[in-house]
Amino acid sequence: MTLAEGVQLVAFGILTAMTLGGALGVVLLDNIVYSAFLLGGVFTSMAGLYILLNAGFVAAAQVLVYVGAVNVLILFGIMLVNKEQEFTPIKQAWVGKVATGGVCVGLFALLTASVLNTPWAISAEVPTGEMATVVIGIHFFTDYLLPFELASVLLLIALIGAIVLARREFIPDVAPGEPASEALQLPERPRELVSSVPGSEPGR
Amino acid sequence: MQLEYFLLTAAALFCIGVYGLVSSRNVIRVLMSIELMLNAVNLNLMAFSNYLDPVGINGQVFAVFVISIAAAEAAVGLAIVLSIYRNRDTVDMEQFNLLKW
Repeated sequence: MTLAEGVQLVAFGILTAMTLGGALGVVLLDNIVYSAFLLGGVFTSMAGLYILLNAGFVAAAQVLVYVGAVNVLILFGIMLVNKEQEFTPIKQAWVGKVATGGVCVGLFALLTASVLNTPWAISAEVPTGEMATVVIGIHFFTDYLLPFELASVLLLIALIGAIVLARREFIPDVAPGEPASEALQLPERPRELVSSVPGSEPGR
Repeated sequence: MQLEYFLLTAAALFCIGVYGLVSSRNVIRVLMSIELMLNAVNLNLMAFSNYLDPVGINGQVFAVFVISIAAAEAAVGLAIVLSIYRNRDTVDMEQFNLLKW
């Protein structure tokens, strides 16, 4: 990264403010659609932070996968599950919120103390920078080959699993006036048996 | 630029994610909080990769793995949410007590 120090600092400040503000909005806003769009902003500013850290390839992957896939998937989920319901209030719900907030602030204090007190072994070497994509590719096909292949198998498993989980069960449509037979109510029964039930038209 | 700035940002993001994960009642918002936490971890990995291992950049490789796993997690999580919503007709976390004794 050839930017001046001041430019980097200002960019870091702006991106951090966008990230943390967006994250607070995601968690605290009432309207979940606003939360989903703010989540896209958080992901985009995280990509900016990655570029500040000399990681152009991961920044591009972040924009493609998170903003383009995960965020759109969440928006589709909101559309499919869009239910305007008032949650039934729980007694003493504020106790849980205050306790959670206390735990989170304590965790942040703990992390801050440990980050500031650890003597980090900062390396003085010049960062890889533009060659990062090549280096990542070499890593993928040499010492991280097995995790790489396992990740592809896992993505295939997740793809099939998500389809199997989310698809609707096959519900045969029964003509009005015709009594629903017992066979039509078993969703696991194959289609051939359903169509061969007397009274129902074949090929339906 | 300092390593500590990025680590503190990631810590704050992670704590926000934990708060959202525990205190939200909408299932979709819980999934979004999980994504926030994964992003905080990614930022940590990238900061360490840039400041402690700038030539090997193993942290960036790890971050790419985390991104791919997060995509799979979001897909399966939303499928589970859809399936539960179809059965229970609600998105309230407090009413999902299927696995509670």
